[in-house]
Amino acid sequence: MSGALESALRARRESGGKCLVPYLTGGLGDDWLETMQAVAAAGADAIEIGIPFSDPVMDGPTIQLANDRALEAGASPQSILDRVRGADIGVPTAVMTYGNIAYRMGWDRFANTLADAGVSGCILPDIPLEESGAWTAAADQAGIETVLLAAPTAPDERLPRICERSHGFVYAVGLLGITGVRAELADSAKVIAARVKHVTDKPVLVGVGVGTPSQAVEVSEVADGVVVGSAIVQRMLDGGGPEGVAELVAEFRAALDA
Amino acid sequence: MAMTDPSSSGRFGDFGGMFVPETLVPACQELDKAFREAWADEAFRAELHRLLTDYAGRPSPVTVCDNLSEELGCQVLLKREDLNHTGSHKINNVLGQALLAKRMGKTKLVAETGAGQHGVATATAAALFGMDCVVYMGTVDIERQKLNVFRMKLLGAEVRAAESGSQTLKDAVNEAMRHWVAVVESTHYCLGSVMGPHPYPWMVREFHRVIGDEARAQCQALLGGVPDVVVACVGGGSNAAGIFSGFADTDALLVGAEPAGGAAVGRAVPGIVHGSFSYLMQDEWGQVLEAESISAGLDYPGIGPEHAHLAAIGRARYEPVTDAEVIEAFQLLSRTEGIIPALESAHGLAWISRAREELAGKTVLLNLSGRGDKDVGQMMDILG
Ligand SMILES: Cc1ncc(COP(=O)(O)O)c(C=O)c1O
Repeated sequence: MSGALESALRARRESGGKCLVPYLTGGLGDDWLETMQAVAAAGADAIEIGIPFSDPVMDGPTIQLANDRALEAGASPQSILDRVRGADIGVPTAVMTYGNIAYRMGWDRFANTLADAGVSGCILPDIPLEESGAWTAAADQAGIETVLLAAPTAPDERLPRICERSHGFVYAVGLLGITGVRAELADSAKVIAARVKHVTDKPVLVGVGVGTPSQAVEVSEVADGVVVGSAIVQRMLDGGGPEGVAELVAEFRAALDA
Repeated sequence: MAMTDPSSSGRFGDFGGMFVPETLVPACQELDKAFREAWADEAFRAELHRLLTDYAGRPSPVTVCDNLSEELGCQVLLKREDLNHTGSHKINNVLGQALLAKRMGKTKLVAETGAGQHGVATATAAALFGMDCVVYMGTVDIERQKLNVFRMKLLGAEVRAAESGSQTLKDAVNEAMRHWVAVVESTHYCLGSVMGPHPYPWMVREFHRVIGDEARAQCQALLGGVPDVVVACVGGGSNAAGIFSGFADTDALLVGAEPAGGAAVGRAVPGIVHGSFSYLMQDEWGQVLEAESISAGLDYPGIGPEHAHLAAIGRARYEPVTDAEVIEAFQLLSRTEGIIPALESAHGLAWISRAREELAGKTVLLNLSGRGDKDVGQMMDILG
């Protein structure tokens, strides 16, 4: 199953470029939707839309804070997806949230709601391969691309099974740890990118611990591109607004294109 | 209907599973394998038995409470987990896990704690085995359980505040999991209840099974059979799982007492958090709600998956009790039997006291999961 997300990322790769997928927290501030549109215009190949969850165990302080603020402002999965539905963001999108948000709405209803909102993909970091059956059945049916994570701890035999079941791209986790900006790119980032690239032809993007344009460039020597979360969300939290966040995304784009 | 092993996917009926970030999947699978091997190894069991006996002071006695029985109109027996080293049932699980961690070559332990009892037990085992220990505890709990915070530090553990969300047990679990993701290769996550991803709910129950096995034999000697009712308080559900496992295959009524402000089973809405699919207090969108209880150890919005299963099939009953009833029960046991219970354990007695008409003339075994020393300061403030 190949959809708009995978097509866009493959197109970027085939043109000789590197993929840039920023993560933005849905419902954070009044202008989050405009910010996504500005980010798309600034050179993102696709956008991850975070739907806040009360207990995000894969996330560090920046995204936790963004989650809390969005929830306090009354954001819900429905309110976020309602706004996405009416908008033309300009690039394919994937929702990133936690399993209970999807389960609570119902696997089928959640998948259909995403499809109805024009969302292409979905990432549920606490639904690993072994637990993914019920969700992927619903997602496949609705035409939603389920992106799975591949972590540095995975033994070799596990990686092909993850890549096989992942659609849109394969999300290679850059380090042992949670989301957040680090001073240096972890050694594990290129290693996992290479291990995953070795077993799949699907786009391989490294996320978690990629926080600066130079780190993005460094890991993209091996990977097909990057997911950038906390650095972008921090700019949103700092009140960067559509322009300020787009400016940061443009810096990543320029560095990757150079 | 006995409490059997979970399915190969870690399910008790519909509940359980391994809902963790991909980074942790290999660690959980490795733990599952290591536990299976260790639990089938006579030498491991003998070593654990030696520790439980010589170090923790097992077997814990069963006390027949004549004064209390007279007051309540039913015969109450207490399984005295309060007399264990470190003051609660938590030591059973911790010695098992620390021994297993050592066997797996891990040199560090990380744990979450609510009331601090599990944190103290983990810090104790770490001291004994010469391991490093980090314990996450909600800021609110650090305040209300100061004594245990000091004990942990004295034992050489580092206590870190969980400042997110409700700043209680739920958030301490989040922080412990986040910590574990980053150090999974060197560190064992010593989870404190029958919750979390497979194999924890099963493994922790097996390490606490000793409570039920001992109590079964002790009741046989004292009563010539099994008690009519077996009662335990339920936070995540480890002390309850331990004592229930000794009686699940009898016709004893099994009752878990939940705090009214944290009654996950009472509301019976299933959900996914902290690694397993179980009953979970949550809003209409799946955001986890904050539990509210006088007792830090039960201040948790979820429950272990095996309890969700036991409730769903009707093998065990789960009853909510209020903080006010717990305060009453705390004083009742102190006054009638000279035993100051942990606030958690007082929940079980609170239910017995409320249900005394239903229980009239029956034999009731209560798991006294811990002693109340840690709660005396808090109760001084409440009772004035
Ligand atoms: C004495 C005591 N009993 C019970 C509990 C609750 O845990 P569980 O439900 O896992 O037995 C605690 C937790 O801190 C405790 O300290």
